[in-house]
Amino acid sequence: MTFLTFLISGISLGSIYAIIALGYTMVYGIAKMLNFAHGDVIMVGAYICFYATSRFNLPAVVGVLLAVVVCTILGIIIERLAYKPLRAAPLLAVLITAIGVSYFLQNAALLLWSSSPKVFPPVISNGNLSLFGGQLNIPYITLVTILACIVIMIVLVWFTSKTKMGKAMRACSEDKGAAQLMGINVNGTISLTFAIGSGLAAIAGVLLCSAYPTLVPTTGAMPGIKAFTAAVFGGIGSIPGAMIGGILLGIIEIFTKAYISTQLSDPIVFAVLILVLIVRPAGLLGKQIREKV
Amino acid sequence: MAKLVSIPSNSLIPERDIDKSPILECVNLGIQFGGLKAVDDFNLTIGRTEIAGLIGPNGAGKTTVFNLLTKVYQPTSGTILLDGKDTHGMNTMQVNKAGIARTFQNIRLFDAMSVEDNVKTGMENEMTYGMWHGIFRTPKYWRQEKVAHERAMELLSIFNMEDMADMKAGSLPYGAQRRLEIVRALATNPALLLLDEPAAGMNPSETAELMENIRKIRDTFQIAILLIEHDMNLVMNICEGLCVLNFGRVIAKGTPEDVQANPAVIEAYLGKKKEA
Repeated sequence: MTFLTFLISGISLGSIYAIIALGYTMVYGIAKMLNFAHGDVIMVGAYICFYATSRFNLPAVVGVLLAVVVCTILGIIIERLAYKPLRAAPLLAVLITAIGVSYFLQNAALLLWSSSPKVFPPVISNGNLSLFGGQLNIPYITLVTILACIVIMIVLVWFTSKTKMGKAMRACSEDKGAAQLMGINVNGTISLTFAIGSGLAAIAGVLLCSAYPTLVPTTGAMPGIKAFTAAVFGGIGSIPGAMIGGILLGIIEIFTKAYISTQLSDPIVFAVLILVLIVRPAGLLGKQIREKV
Repeated sequence: MAKLVSIPSNSLIPERDIDKSPILECVNLGIQFGGLKAVDDFNLTIGRTEIAGLIGPNGAGKTTVFNLLTKVYQPTSGTILLDGKDTHGMNTMQVNKAGIARTFQNIRLFDAMSVEDNVKTGMENEMTYGMWHGIFRTPKYWRQEKVAHERAMELLSIFNMEDMADMKAGSLPYGAQRRLEIVRALATNPALLLLDEPAAGMNPSETAELMENIRKIRDTFQIAILLIEHDMNLVMNICEGLCVLNFGRVIAKGTPEDVQANPAVIEAYLGKKKEA
């Protein structure tokens, strides 16, 4: 039964990684850049929700919605101000800018909200779902996290494959020049991608802080890196890849913490990443590039 | 460099289009890359339903003309009038909305997307539903997607490609990819279709079929077509007007017969005859 408990909490942690990884992977797929500020958008989302619910006593739902709206706008602004002027610049310049935006957000949060940790109020009533006569207790937040992840995944896959915005996104990810010549608004599509990724980051932020309720300005950094790892693990640019990568990473992390060592969990997680990349350089679901002879 | 002889010709417009305003007018169009004038003093007028050809030796600047017309490059001099309106200051997307669509010399399909989705990317402007309609699948979404699907199938049927609709574009045979590019361009509802070497890599029977289809497209959609092509058989057969470029300049304009007999054209293609 403990195995099952660990597995479920692994899937739950993995779901959070997966939701964050979706932001990395979508932005990479379309703008071909690694948005290292993505992790810090999570933190902003969590702070917004924190202030909305605990300072202004708004209902949790409103707090989450507010966080999503603020992060969506923040994502669009970051793209407009920091990345759009560099559309034609070398990838390295964009990467450095992304790291700069990340530090900017962390330090802005430090100024605005100070470094003292905030205790994140639960957005979902504390409680457990008891199964097998009390042998298996699953916290509601765990269930909600997994459920949210599944819903987001389904909607996103459907959105990118079946709607005109999704088609525009896929077209831009393959060939921006040709897409533009077919009448697709490339800048608008990139903005939309950032908006969706950042909105998801807000949801991930709230879920993350509900499970681990200590909120500081660097809260988003480590999950951000882990989610990036998950995106690469699953094959960056692939939406199902981000999902599978995230969930596997969560399960590996919880299992190493449970059965091997708490201190060694991060090294083991990253060692697994290295091993996967040696065997499959494009990640689990990434497109394997074959050289044409 | 060979001496350039310009054959004066008022327009290439076929008679049936003469009383309508031309779809495209290029006036003294030019672009300079550093010291190189890739296209210089380019003048061309195309009628509403004309099939025109742009020919010339390799490196003459033909694809550059296409890139100027579609604003991949901004011209450094001259004017492009599309349907009488100046396209100055427009970007690629706006020019496409205004009515110019193109294909590419090196096929640039969205390989990972299905054939049908490739066609639908061209219908971006017709589908007006917003993001929320897309997420919640409102009736508006279903209605517009249904119309788009039907239109995509209809366009694919021009080339009898309906049964390939669900295949990945990248997995199609070469000739089918070229045809799909034309269909995708048509999906944007152009008034002027630019085809960059549509017959490249095709065998003679495929080329013959393509010729038929180009005519069929013109007749069905009543649009103008400007094509770049090295296959002289195709060019001489279907083009009503020809424009010959060499070293970025127009050296001849006229009907295929005129152009074929033009000494400047023969010289550009075959070199100058040595004086005995």
